[in-house]
Amino acid sequence: MLAEPRTLAPPERRVAEVKRVERVGAYDLIVARDPIGPADPRPGQFYMLSAGERWGGGDGERPYLPRAFSFARVRPLPGDRGADLSFLLEDVGPGTRRLGELAAGESLALLGPLGVGFTRPADGRRPLLVGGGIGAAPILCWDDELRADAVEASILLGFRSAGHAAAAALFGGEPDVCTDDGSAGRRALVTEPLRAELERDPRATVYACGPEPMLDAVRELCRELAVPAQLALEAGMACGYGACFGCVVPTVEGYARVCVDGPVFDAEALA
Amino acid sequence: MIDLCGVELNGPILNGSGTFDAIAARRAFGDALLERFPFDCFVSKTITLQPREGNPPPRLWETAGGLVNSIGLPNKGLERFLELDLPQLVELPVPLCVSVMGFDLDELAQLAEAVGARDDVALIELNLSCPNVETGTLVGADPSATAAALEHVRPRTRKPLIAKLSPSAVDPAAVAAAAEDCGADAVSLINTLKGMPLHPVTRQPWLGGRSGGLSGAAVRSVAVEQVAAVASRVGIPVIGMGGVACGRDAADLLAVGATAVAVGTESFRDPAAGRRISAELAAIDASPSQKFLQSNPKGSTSTKLPRPQVEV
Repeated sequence: MLAEPRTLAPPERRVAEVKRVERVGAYDLIVARDPIGPADPRPGQFYMLSAGERWGGGDGERPYLPRAFSFARVRPLPGDRGADLSFLLEDVGPGTRRLGELAAGESLALLGPLGVGFTRPADGRRPLLVGGGIGAAPILCWDDELRADAVEASILLGFRSAGHAAAAALFGGEPDVCTDDGSAGRRALVTEPLRAELERDPRATVYACGPEPMLDAVRELCRELAVPAQLALEAGMACGYGACFGCVVPTVEGYARVCVDGPVFDAEALA
Repeated sequence: MIDLCGVELNGPILNGSGTFDAIAARRAFGDALLERFPFDCFVSKTITLQPREGNPPPRLWETAGGLVNSIGLPNKGLERFLELDLPQLVELPVPLCVSVMGFDLDELAQLAEAVGARDDVALIELNLSCPNVETGTLVGADPSATAAALEHVRPRTRKPLIAKLSPSAVDPAAVAAAAEDCGADAVSLINTLKGMPLHPVTRQPWLGGRSGGLSGAAVRSVAVEQVAAVASRVGIPVIGMGGVACGRDAADLLAVGATAVAVGTESFRDPAAGRRISAELAAIDASPSQKFLQSNPKGSTSTKLPRPQVEV
Protein backbone atom coordinates (compact mmCIF):
# COMPACT_ATOMS: atom_id res chain seq x y z
CA MET A 1 0.00 0.00 0.00
CA LEU A 2 1.21 3.48 -0.86
CA ALA A 3 2.01 5.84 1.96
CA GLU A 4 -0.62 8.53 2.51
CA PRO A 5 0.18 11.71 0.58
CA ARG A 6 0.38 13.72 3.78
CA THR A 7 3.08 16.09 4.97
CA LEU A 8 2.92 16.50 8.75
CA ALA A 9 2.17 19.91 10.24
CA PRO A 10 3.86 21.47 13.29
CA PRO A 11 1.39 20.94 16.18
CA GLU A 12 0.61 24.61 16.73
CA ARG A 13 -0.73 27.70 15.04
CA ARG A 14 2.09 29.88 13.76
CA VAL A 15 2.44 33.24 12.09
CA ALA A 16 3.40 33.88 8.49
CA GLU A 17 4.12 37.31 7.04
CA VAL A 18 1.95 38.51 4.20
CA LYS A 19 4.26 39.40 1.31
CA ARG A 20 1.56 40.68 -1.02
CA VAL A 21 -2.11 40.33 -1.86
CA GLU A 22 -2.74 40.25 -5.61
CA ARG A 23 -6.11 40.96 -7.15
CA VAL A 24 -6.87 38.17 -9.62
CA GLY A 25 -10.18 39.18 -11.20
CA ALA A 26 -12.88 38.41 -8.64
CA TYR A 27 -10.38 36.68 -6.34
CA ASP A 28 -7.57 37.67 -4.00
CA LEU A 29 -4.32 35.73 -4.03
CA ILE A 30 -2.54 36.00 -0.68
CA VAL A 31 1.17 35.23 -0.77
CA ALA A 32 2.62 34.65 2.71
CA ARG A 33 6.09 33.73 3.92
CA ASP A 34 5.97 30.76 6.30
CA PRO A 35 9.43 30.42 7.86
CA ILE A 36 8.60 27.44 10.10
CA GLY A 37 6.36 25.00 8.30
CA PRO A 38 7.39 22.32 5.80
CA ALA A 39 8.25 23.44 2.27
CA ASP A 40 6.75 20.32 0.71
CA PRO A 41 2.99 20.28 1.40
CA ARG A 42 1.19 17.79 -0.85
CA PRO A 43 -1.14 19.28 -3.47
CA GLY A 44 -4.68 18.92 -2.12
CA GLN A 45 -3.59 19.51 1.48
CA PHE A 46 -4.95 22.61 3.17
CA TYR A 47 -4.22 25.17 5.89
CA MET A 48 -6.43 26.76 8.54
CA LEU A 49 -6.04 30.52 8.15
CA SER A 50 -6.93 33.49 10.29
CA ALA A 51 -5.76 37.07 10.38
CA GLY A 52 -3.05 37.70 13.01
CA GLU A 53 -5.01 40.69 14.29
CA ARG A 54 -8.74 41.42 14.63
CA TRP A 55 -9.95 37.82 14.49
CA GLY A 56 -12.19 36.75 17.37
CA GLY A 57 -10.35 37.00 20.70
CA GLY A 58 -10.64 40.40 22.27
CA ASP A 59 -13.77 41.70 20.57
CA GLY A 60 -15.30 38.23 20.45
CA GLU A 61 -17.32 38.69 17.26
CA ARG A 62 -17.11 36.79 13.99
CA PRO A 63 -14.87 35.73 12.42
CA TYR A 64 -14.10 33.48 15.37
CA LEU A 65 -12.88 30.21 13.93
CA PRO A 66 -10.09 29.88 11.37
CA ARG A 67 -11.01 29.11 7.74
CA ALA A 68 -9.77 26.17 5.66
CA PHE A 69 -8.01 26.84 2.34
CA SER A 70 -6.14 24.52 0.00
CA PHE A 71 -2.83 26.09 -0.83
CA ALA A 72 -2.71 27.24 -4.44
CA ARG A 73 1.04 27.39 -4.90
CA VAL A 74 4.19 26.73 -2.87
CA ARG A 75 7.63 28.18 -3.49
CA PRO A 76 10.28 26.66 -1.19
CA LEU A 77 12.79 29.21 0.06
CA PRO A 78 16.48 28.34 -0.34
CA GLY A 79 18.42 27.04 2.64
CA ASP A 80 15.58 25.31 4.53
CA ARG A 81 14.01 28.64 5.44
CA GLY A 82 10.42 27.60 4.87
CA ALA A 83 8.25 28.51 1.92
CA ASP A 84 6.11 31.16 0.32
CA LEU A 85 2.54 29.88 0.27
CA SER A 86 -0.23 31.23 -1.94
CA PHE A 87 -3.93 31.05 -1.14
CA LEU A 88 -6.77 31.92 -3.50
CA LEU A 89 -9.87 33.34 -1.86
CA GLU A 90 -13.10 35.11 -2.62
CA ASP A 91 -15.00 37.47 -0.31
CA VAL A 92 -18.04 35.42 0.68
CA GLY A 93 -18.36 36.27 4.39
CA PRO A 94 -16.70 37.88 7.40
CA GLY A 95 -13.71 35.48 7.44
CA THR A 96 -12.80 35.73 3.78
CA ARG A 97 -13.43 39.48 3.87
CA ARG A 98 -11.01 39.96 6.76
CA LEU A 99 -8.38 37.78 5.07
CA GLY A 100 -8.79 39.74 1.84
CA GLU A 101 -8.11 42.98 3.74
CA LEU A 102 -4.66 41.80 4.82
CA ALA A 103 -1.81 43.94 3.53
CA ALA A 104 1.87 43.28 2.95
CA GLY A 105 3.77 43.10 6.24
CA GLU A 106 0.74 42.01 8.28
CA SER A 107 0.52 38.62 9.91
CA LEU A 108 -1.42 35.60 8.72
CA ALA A 109 -1.92 32.95 11.41
CA LEU A 110 -1.89 29.45 9.99
CA LEU A 111 -1.97 25.77 10.88
CA GLY A 112 -0.96 23.16 8.37
CA PRO A 113 -0.48 21.49 5.99
CA LEU A 114 -3.46 19.34 6.94
CA GLY A 115 -5.32 16.38 5.48
CA VAL A 116 -4.27 14.13 2.61
CA GLY A 117 -3.46 15.29 -0.91
CA PHE A 118 -3.72 13.83 -4.39
CA THR A 119 -2.10 10.55 -5.41
CA ARG A 120 -0.36 10.08 -8.77
CA PRO A 121 -2.25 8.21 -11.50
CA ALA A 122 -1.78 4.44 -11.64
CA ASP A 123 -1.48 2.10 -14.62
CA GLY A 124 -0.02 4.71 -16.98
CA ARG A 125 -3.17 6.83 -16.95
CA ARG A 126 -2.88 10.51 -17.86
CA PRO A 127 -3.89 13.14 -15.29
CA LEU A 128 -6.97 15.15 -16.18
CA LEU A 129 -7.43 18.12 -13.86
CA VAL A 130 -10.81 19.80 -13.34
CA GLY A 131 -11.33 22.94 -11.28
CA GLY A 132 -14.50 24.91 -10.60
CA GLY A 133 -14.30 28.47 -9.27
CA ILE A 134 -12.19 28.76 -6.13
CA GLY A 135 -11.61 25.00 -6.51
CA ALA A 136 -8.95 25.90 -9.06
CA ALA A 137 -6.55 26.38 -6.11
CA PRO A 138 -5.47 22.76 -5.45
CA ILE A 139 -5.58 22.11 -9.21
CA LEU A 140 -2.97 24.85 -9.67
CA CYS A 141 -0.40 23.41 -7.24
CA TRP A 142 -1.07 19.88 -8.51
CA ASP A 143 -0.39 21.08 -12.05
CA ASP A 144 2.77 22.86 -10.83
CA GLU A 145 4.06 19.63 -9.32
CA LEU A 146 3.19 17.44 -12.30
CA ARG A 147 4.70 20.02 -14.65
CA ALA A 148 7.94 20.10 -12.60
CA ASP A 149 8.15 16.33 -13.15
CA ALA A 150 7.46 16.79 -16.88
CA VAL A 151 4.07 15.10 -16.59
CA GLU A 152 1.66 16.68 -19.05
CA ALA A 153 -1.81 17.23 -17.58
CA SER A 154 -4.96 18.42 -19.32
CA ILE A 155 -6.66 21.19 -17.35
CA LEU A 156 -10.34 22.07 -17.55
CA LEU A 157 -11.60 25.06 -15.58
CA GLY A 158 -15.13 26.30 -15.04
CA PHE A 159 -16.10 29.74 -13.72
CA ARG A 160 -19.19 31.89 -13.33
CA SER A 161 -17.95 34.65 -15.61
CA ALA A 162 -14.91 36.42 -17.02
CA GLY A 163 -14.10 38.12 -13.68
CA HIS A 164 -13.60 34.74 -12.03
CA ALA A 165 -12.02 33.18 -15.10
CA ALA A 166 -9.10 35.60 -14.62
CA ALA A 167 -7.73 32.89 -12.28
CA ALA A 168 -6.99 30.75 -15.34
CA ALA A 169 -4.07 33.08 -16.09
CA LEU A 170 -2.26 31.69 -13.00
CA PHE A 171 -1.76 28.37 -14.80
CA GLY A 172 1.39 27.67 -16.74
CA GLY A 173 -0.15 25.85 -19.70
CA GLU A 174 -3.29 26.61 -21.64
CA PRO A 175 -6.28 25.47 -19.60
CA ASP A 176 -9.57 24.90 -21.33
CA VAL A 177 -11.91 27.53 -19.83
CA CYS A 178 -15.71 27.45 -19.58
CA THR A 179 -17.98 30.07 -18.06
CA ASP A 180 -21.64 29.95 -17.08
CA ASP A 181 -22.39 33.13 -19.04
CA GLY A 182 -19.98 32.76 -21.94
CA SER A 183 -18.10 35.96 -21.04
CA ALA A 184 -14.79 34.08 -21.23
CA GLY A 185 -13.91 30.83 -22.95
CA ARG A 186 -16.87 28.78 -24.04
CA ARG A 187 -20.33 28.94 -22.54
CA ALA A 188 -20.68 25.51 -20.96
CA LEU A 189 -20.43 23.54 -17.75
CA VAL A 190 -16.95 22.13 -17.26
CA THR A 191 -18.36 18.61 -17.42
CA GLU A 192 -19.02 19.07 -21.16
CA PRO A 193 -15.35 19.26 -22.20
CA LEU A 194 -14.63 16.63 -19.52
CA ARG A 195 -17.00 14.19 -21.23
CA ALA A 196 -15.44 14.95 -24.61
CA GLU A 197 -11.92 14.37 -23.21
CA LEU A 198 -12.86 11.10 -21.54
CA GLU A 199 -14.71 9.79 -24.57
CA ARG A 200 -11.71 10.66 -26.72
CA ASP A 201 -9.31 8.83 -24.36
CA PRO A 202 -10.66 7.17 -21.21
CA ARG A 203 -7.20 6.14 -19.97
CA ALA A 204 -7.16 9.03 -17.48
CA THR A 205 -7.38 9.72 -13.77
CA VAL A 206 -9.58 12.69 -13.01
CA TYR A 207 -8.62 15.15 -10.25
CA ALA A 208 -11.38 17.58 -9.37
CA CYS A 209 -12.15 20.35 -6.91
CA GLY A 210 -15.09 22.70 -7.07
CA PRO A 211 -18.64 23.34 -5.90
CA GLU A 212 -20.73 20.36 -4.82
CA PRO A 213 -22.99 20.19 -7.92
CA MET A 214 -19.89 20.15 -10.13
CA LEU A 215 -18.27 17.39 -8.08
CA ASP A 216 -21.50 15.38 -8.16
CA ALA A 217 -21.58 15.68 -11.95
CA VAL A 218 -17.90 14.74 -12.27
CA ARG A 219 -18.48 11.73 -10.04
CA GLU A 220 -21.49 10.60 -12.05
CA LEU A 221 -19.62 10.97 -15.34
CA CYS A 222 -16.54 9.11 -14.10
CA ARG A 223 -18.71 6.29 -12.80
CA GLU A 224 -20.51 6.05 -16.14
CA LEU A 225 -17.24 5.89 -18.05
CA ALA A 226 -15.41 3.76 -15.41
CA VAL A 227 -12.66 6.35 -14.93
CA PRO A 228 -10.99 6.70 -11.51
CA ALA A 229 -11.44 10.10 -9.89
CA GLN A 230 -9.97 11.83 -6.87
CA LEU A 231 -12.17 14.60 -5.50
CA ALA A 232 -10.94 17.37 -3.19
CA LEU A 233 -13.94 18.23 -1.01
CA GLU A 234 -14.77 21.40 0.83
CA ALA A 235 -16.62 21.43 4.15
CA GLY A 236 -17.19 23.90 6.91
CA MET A 237 -14.80 22.94 9.70
CA ALA A 238 -13.88 24.37 13.07
CA CYS A 239 -10.44 22.87 13.70
CA GLY A 240 -8.94 21.21 10.59
CA TYR A 241 -7.21 18.39 12.49
CA GLY A 242 -9.93 15.95 13.49
CA ALA A 243 -10.88 17.41 16.86
CA CYS A 244 -14.37 18.75 16.29
CA PHE A 245 -16.01 16.06 14.10
CA GLY A 246 -17.89 18.85 12.36
CA CYS A 247 -16.87 18.34 8.72
CA VAL A 248 -18.15 14.84 8.00
CA VAL A 249 -19.23 13.49 4.61
CA PRO A 250 -21.02 10.19 4.00
CA THR A 251 -18.77 7.44 2.63
CA VAL A 252 -19.35 3.76 1.95
CA GLU A 253 -17.93 3.09 5.45
CA GLY A 254 -20.05 5.71 7.22
CA TYR A 255 -19.21 9.32 7.96
CA ALA A 256 -15.61 10.39 7.36
CA ARG A 257 -13.98 13.61 8.45
CA VAL A 258 -13.00 15.79 5.49
CA CYS A 259 -10.10 17.25 7.48
CA VAL A 260 -8.22 14.08 8.45
CA ASP A 261 -9.60 11.38 6.15
CA GLY A 262 -9.73 13.84 3.20
CA PRO A 263 -10.05 16.41 1.82
CA VAL A 264 -9.09 14.24 -1.17
CA PHE A 265 -11.28 11.15 -1.49
CA ASP A 266 -11.51 8.47 -4.16
CA ALA A 267 -14.86 9.09 -5.83
CA GLU A 268 -15.77 5.44 -5.28
CA ALA A 269 -15.33 5.79 -1.51
CA LEU A 270 -18.04 8.42 -1.24
CA ALA A 271 -21.61 7.35 -0.57
CA MET B 1 1.94 19.34 40.33
CA ILE B 2 -1.69 19.08 41.28
CA ASP B 3 -3.64 16.23 42.80
CA LEU B 4 -6.91 15.43 41.05
CA CYS B 5 -8.76 12.69 42.95
CA GLY B 6 -5.46 11.03 43.85
CA VAL B 7 -4.08 11.30 40.30
CA GLU B 8 -0.97 13.44 39.99
CA LEU B 9 -1.01 15.89 37.10
CA ASN B 10 1.86 18.12 36.00
CA GLY B 11 -0.51 21.05 35.88
CA PRO B 12 -4.19 21.99 36.00
CA ILE B 13 -5.03 22.07 32.26
CA LEU B 14 -7.20 19.35 30.69
CA ASN B 15 -9.13 19.18 27.46
CA GLY B 16 -12.91 19.16 27.47
CA SER B 17 -14.28 15.81 26.35
CA GLY B 18 -14.97 15.78 22.61
CA THR B 19 -12.83 18.78 21.80
CA PHE B 20 -9.53 17.06 21.01
CA ASP B 21 -8.98 13.74 19.25
CA ALA B 22 -5.42 12.78 20.15
CA ILE B 23 -5.40 9.92 17.64
CA ALA B 24 -6.45 12.11 14.71
CA ALA B 25 -4.10 14.88 15.89
CA ARG B 26 -1.20 12.43 15.83
CA ARG B 27 -2.03 11.63 12.21
CA ALA B 28 -1.82 15.34 11.39
CA PHE B 29 1.16 16.31 13.57
CA GLY B 30 3.11 13.08 14.09
CA ASP B 31 5.13 12.45 17.23
CA ALA B 32 5.72 16.18 17.68
CA LEU B 33 2.28 16.08 19.31
CA LEU B 34 3.62 13.81 22.06
CA GLU B 35 6.72 15.94 22.57
CA ARG B 36 4.60 19.08 22.93
CA PHE B 37 1.37 17.65 24.29
CA PRO B 38 -1.01 20.51 25.11
CA PHE B 39 -2.71 19.08 28.22
CA ASP B 40 -1.80 17.74 31.66
CA CYS B 41 -4.48 15.04 31.42
CA PHE B 42 -6.25 13.75 28.33
CA VAL B 43 -10.03 13.31 28.36
CA SER B 44 -11.39 11.02 25.64
CA LYS B 45 -14.39 11.66 23.47
CA THR B 46 -17.52 10.18 25.05
CA ILE B 47 -17.78 6.42 24.54
CA THR B 48 -21.15 4.67 24.36
CA LEU B 49 -21.89 0.96 24.56
CA GLN B 50 -22.89 0.65 20.91
CA PRO B 51 -21.14 2.38 17.99
CA ARG B 52 -22.71 5.67 16.89
CA GLU B 53 -22.53 7.41 13.53
CA GLY B 54 -23.37 10.82 14.95
CA ASN B 55 -25.75 13.43 13.56
CA PRO B 56 -26.20 14.26 9.88
CA PRO B 57 -24.30 17.33 8.67
CA PRO B 58 -24.23 20.26 8.83
CA ARG B 59 -22.89 19.96 12.36
CA LEU B 60 -21.36 23.40 12.96
CA TRP B 61 -22.51 26.99 13.12
CA GLU B 62 -20.17 29.85 13.93
CA THR B 63 -21.83 32.48 16.06
CA ALA B 64 -20.74 35.66 17.77
CA GLY B 65 -17.77 34.65 19.91
CA GLY B 66 -18.51 30.98 19.69
CA LEU B 67 -19.69 27.87 17.99
CA VAL B 68 -22.89 25.84 18.02
CA ASN B 69 -22.22 22.15 17.36
CA SER B 70 -24.48 19.19 16.81
CA ILE B 71 -22.10 16.26 16.56
CA GLY B 72 -24.16 13.54 18.19
CA LEU B 73 -21.45 11.56 20.01
CA PRO B 74 -20.04 9.56 17.08
CA ASN B 75 -17.78 6.82 18.45
CA LYS B 76 -16.70 3.25 17.83
CA GLY B 77 -18.58 1.80 20.78
CA LEU B 78 -17.03 0.32 23.90
CA GLU B 79 -15.62 -2.88 22.44
CA ARG B 80 -13.76 -1.29 19.54
CA PHE B 81 -12.66 1.64 21.72
CA LEU B 82 -10.94 -0.78 24.10
CA GLU B 83 -9.44 -2.77 21.25
CA LEU B 84 -8.38 -0.03 18.82
CA ASP B 85 -8.25 3.36 20.54
CA LEU B 86 -7.12 2.66 24.08
CA PRO B 87 -3.73 1.18 23.04
CA GLN B 88 -3.03 4.41 21.14
CA LEU B 89 -4.20 6.70 23.94
CA VAL B 90 -1.89 4.90 26.36
CA GLU B 91 1.04 6.30 24.38
CA LEU B 92 0.15 9.86 25.39
CA PRO B 93 2.53 11.39 27.94
CA VAL B 94 -0.26 12.25 30.42
CA PRO B 95 -2.85 10.40 32.54
CA LEU B 96 -5.99 9.29 30.72
CA CYS B 97 -9.60 10.05 31.62
CA VAL B 98 -12.28 8.18 29.66
CA SER B 99 -15.67 9.81 29.19
CA VAL B 100 -18.67 7.47 29.03
CA MET B 101 -22.39 7.87 28.48
CA GLY B 102 -25.14 5.29 28.87
CA PHE B 103 -28.70 5.47 27.64
CA ASP B 104 -29.81 3.76 30.83
CA LEU B 105 -28.22 3.14 34.21
CA ASP B 106 -27.14 -0.42 33.44
CA GLU B 107 -25.36 0.73 30.29
CA LEU B 108 -23.62 3.49 32.22
CA ALA B 109 -22.51 1.07 34.93
CA GLN B 110 -21.31 -1.48 32.38
CA LEU B 111 -19.24 1.18 30.61
CA ALA B 112 -17.71 2.48 33.84
CA GLU B 113 -16.85 -1.04 34.97
CA ALA B 114 -15.27 -1.99 31.65
CA VAL B 115 -13.07 1.10 31.27
CA GLY B 116 -12.34 1.20 35.01
CA ALA B 117 -10.91 -2.32 34.80
CA ARG B 118 -8.10 -1.07 32.56
CA ASP B 119 -4.95 -0.06 34.44
CA ASP B 120 -4.25 2.63 31.86
CA VAL B 121 -7.43 4.50 32.67
CA ALA B 122 -6.78 6.87 35.56
CA LEU B 123 -10.16 8.61 35.75
CA ILE B 124 -13.70 8.12 34.46
CA GLU B 125 -15.95 10.98 33.48
CA LEU B 126 -19.69 10.30 33.43
CA ASN B 127 -21.33 12.34 30.68
CA LEU B 128 -24.73 12.89 32.28
CA SER B 129 -26.11 14.91 29.37
CA CYS B 130 -28.25 11.99 28.30
CA PRO B 131 -32.05 12.01 28.38
CA ASN B 132 -33.77 10.45 31.37
CA VAL B 133 -36.00 7.80 29.74
CA GLU B 134 -38.77 8.37 32.28
CA THR B 135 -38.95 12.15 32.33
CA GLY B 136 -37.30 13.17 29.06
CA THR B 137 -35.12 15.67 30.89
CA LEU B 138 -31.34 15.38 31.04
CA VAL B 139 -30.08 13.18 33.86
CA GLY B 140 -27.46 15.77 34.70
CA ALA B 141 -30.10 18.50 35.02
CA ASP B 142 -31.88 16.70 37.85
CA PRO B 143 -30.43 16.05 41.34
CA SER B 144 -32.39 12.84 41.95
CA ALA B 145 -31.62 11.33 38.52
CA THR B 146 -27.95 12.21 39.02
CA ALA B 147 -28.00 10.62 42.47
CA ALA B 148 -29.54 7.46 41.02
CA ALA B 149 -26.86 7.31 38.30
CA LEU B 150 -24.02 7.63 40.82
CA GLU B 151 -25.57 5.07 43.17
CA HIS B 152 -25.77 2.62 40.30
CA VAL B 153 -22.26 3.17 38.98
CA ARG B 154 -20.29 3.72 42.19
CA PRO B 155 -20.19 0.06 43.32
CA ARG B 156 -18.89 -1.07 39.91
CA THR B 157 -15.49 0.66 39.89
CA ARG B 158 -12.91 1.98 42.32
CA LYS B 159 -11.57 4.47 39.81
CA PRO B 160 -12.29 8.14 40.48
CA LEU B 161 -15.63 9.17 39.00
CA ILE B 162 -16.12 12.67 37.63
CA ALA B 163 -19.73 13.73 37.08
CA LYS B 164 -20.04 16.06 34.08
CA LEU B 165 -22.88 18.41 34.92
CA SER B 166 -25.42 19.98 32.61
CA PRO B 167 -25.72 23.79 32.53
CA SER B 168 -29.43 23.33 31.89
CA ALA B 169 -30.03 22.41 35.55
CA VAL B 170 -32.23 24.82 37.50
CA ASP B 171 -29.66 24.59 40.30
CA PRO B 172 -26.36 23.05 39.17
CA ALA B 173 -25.01 23.23 42.72
CA ALA B 174 -27.84 20.99 43.94
CA VAL B 175 -26.99 18.45 41.21
CA ALA B 176 -23.31 18.63 42.19
CA ALA B 177 -24.20 18.08 45.86
CA ALA B 178 -26.31 15.05 44.91
CA ALA B 179 -23.40 13.63 42.92
CA GLU B 180 -21.03 14.20 45.83
CA ASP B 181 -23.42 12.55 48.32
CA CYS B 182 -23.64 9.48 46.11
CA GLY B 183 -19.93 8.95 45.67
CA ALA B 184 -18.69 11.19 42.86
CA ASP B 185 -15.01 12.05 43.34
CA ALA B 186 -15.22 15.26 41.32
CA VAL B 187 -17.59 17.25 39.14
CA SER B 188 -16.88 18.96 35.85
CA LEU B 189 -18.78 21.84 34.26
CA ILE B 190 -20.04 23.46 32.16
CA ASN B 191 -21.21 21.41 29.22
CA THR B 192 -22.46 23.35 26.17
CA LEU B 193 -25.61 25.47 26.33
CA LYS B 194 -28.45 24.42 24.08
CA GLY B 195 -28.97 26.55 20.99
CA MET B 196 -30.69 26.44 17.61
CA PRO B 197 -29.28 28.54 14.77
CA LEU B 198 -31.51 29.00 11.72
CA HIS B 199 -30.60 28.93 8.05
CA PRO B 200 -30.24 32.59 7.00
CA VAL B 201 -32.57 32.19 4.00
CA THR B 202 -34.99 29.34 4.72
CA ARG B 203 -35.28 30.00 8.49
CA GLN B 204 -35.29 26.25 9.05
CA PRO B 205 -32.88 24.81 11.64
CA TRP B 206 -29.39 24.98 10.15
CA LEU B 207 -27.97 21.99 12.01
CA GLY B 208 -28.66 18.44 10.87
CA GLY B 209 -29.53 17.58 14.47
CA ARG B 210 -31.84 20.67 14.62
CA SER B 211 -30.38 22.02 17.85
CA GLY B 212 -26.85 21.95 19.21
CA GLY B 213 -24.56 23.08 21.97
CA LEU B 214 -23.08 26.56 22.25
CA SER B 215 -19.45 26.83 23.34
CA GLY B 216 -16.58 29.28 23.13
CA ALA B 217 -16.00 32.77 24.46
CA ALA B 218 -19.76 33.43 24.47
CA VAL B 219 -20.34 31.07 27.43
CA ARG B 220 -17.40 32.17 29.60
CA SER B 221 -19.29 34.18 32.17
CA VAL B 222 -21.92 31.43 32.48
CA ALA B 223 -19.12 29.02 33.36
CA VAL B 224 -17.64 31.34 35.96
CA GLU B 225 -21.02 31.75 37.66
CA GLN B 226 -21.85 28.04 37.69
CA VAL B 227 -18.36 26.95 38.78
CA ALA B 228 -18.50 29.51 41.61
CA ALA B 229 -21.92 28.26 42.72
CA VAL B 230 -20.89 24.60 42.61
CA ALA B 231 -17.48 25.08 44.23
CA SER B 232 -19.02 26.91 47.16
CA ARG B 233 -21.42 24.00 47.72
CA VAL B 234 -19.30 20.85 47.38
CA GLY B 235 -16.08 19.62 48.95
CA ILE B 236 -14.91 17.47 46.03
CA PRO B 237 -12.71 18.93 43.27
CA VAL B 238 -14.40 20.96 40.54
CA ILE B 239 -13.08 20.91 36.97
CA GLY B 240 -14.10 24.19 35.41
CA MET B 241 -14.55 24.83 31.72
CA GLY B 242 -16.40 27.08 29.34
CA GLY B 243 -14.86 29.56 26.92
CA VAL B 244 -11.36 29.40 28.38
CA ALA B 245 -9.11 31.05 25.81
CA CYS B 246 -6.20 32.46 27.81
CA GLY B 247 -4.41 32.15 31.15
CA ARG B 248 -6.56 34.88 32.66
CA ASP B 249 -9.73 32.92 31.87
CA ALA B 250 -8.24 29.82 33.52
CA ALA B 251 -7.18 31.91 36.52
CA ASP B 252 -10.76 33.20 36.83
CA LEU B 253 -12.14 29.66 37.15
CA LEU B 254 -9.42 28.70 39.65
CA ALA B 255 -10.19 31.86 41.60
CA VAL B 256 -13.85 30.91 42.03
CA GLY B 257 -12.90 27.47 43.28
CA ALA B 258 -11.98 25.14 40.42
CA THR B 259 -9.15 22.66 41.05
CA ALA B 260 -8.44 22.17 37.35
CA VAL B 261 -9.52 23.83 34.12
CA ALA B 262 -10.41 22.36 30.75
CA VAL B 263 -9.88 23.96 27.36
CA GLY B 264 -12.34 23.17 24.57
CA THR B 265 -13.30 25.36 21.66
CA GLU B 266 -10.06 27.36 21.87
CA SER B 267 -8.21 24.20 20.80
CA PHE B 268 -10.16 24.35 17.54
CA ARG B 269 -8.52 27.71 16.89
CA ASP B 270 -5.08 26.41 17.85
CA PRO B 271 -4.17 22.83 18.82
CA ALA B 272 -1.45 24.21 21.10
CA ALA B 273 -3.93 26.42 23.02
CA GLY B 274 -3.64 24.25 26.16
CA ARG B 275 0.11 24.71 26.29
CA ARG B 276 -0.11 28.47 25.77
CA ILE B 277 -2.80 28.77 28.45
CA SER B 278 -0.63 26.79 30.92
CA ALA B 279 2.26 29.15 30.32
CA GLU B 280 0.08 32.25 30.68
CA LEU B 281 -1.49 30.84 33.85
CA ALA B 282 1.92 30.12 35.39
CA ALA B 283 2.84 33.78 34.89
CA ILE B 284 -0.45 34.99 36.41
CA ASP B 285 -0.19 32.72 39.47
CA ALA B 286 2.91 34.61 40.55
CA SER B 287 0.76 37.66 41.06
CA PRO B 288 -1.24 37.51 44.31
CA SER B 289 -3.55 40.36 43.31
CA GLN B 290 -5.20 38.03 40.81
CA LYS B 291 -6.30 35.77 43.62
CA PHE B 292 -8.50 38.24 45.46
CA LEU B 293 -11.65 36.27 44.76
CA GLN B 294 -10.26 33.24 46.55
CA SER B 295 -10.79 34.95 49.85
CA ASN B 296 -14.39 35.57 48.79
CA PRO B 297 -15.48 32.18 47.51
CA LYS B 298 -19.10 33.22 47.33
CA GLY B 299 -18.05 35.78 44.78
CA SER B 300 -19.57 38.72 46.64
CA THR B 301 -18.90 42.08 45.09
CA SER B 302 -18.09 43.93 48.26
CA THR B 303 -17.01 47.51 47.75
CA LYS B 304 -13.92 46.70 49.82
CA LEU B 305 -12.60 44.60 46.95
CA PRO B 306 -10.23 46.25 44.54
CA ARG B 307 -12.12 47.41 41.46
CA PRO B 308 -9.80 47.11 38.49
CA GLN B 309 -10.14 49.49 35.58
CA VAL B 310 -12.42 47.77 33.07
CA GLU B 311 -11.66 48.12 29.39
CA VAL B 312 -14.65 49.35 27.40
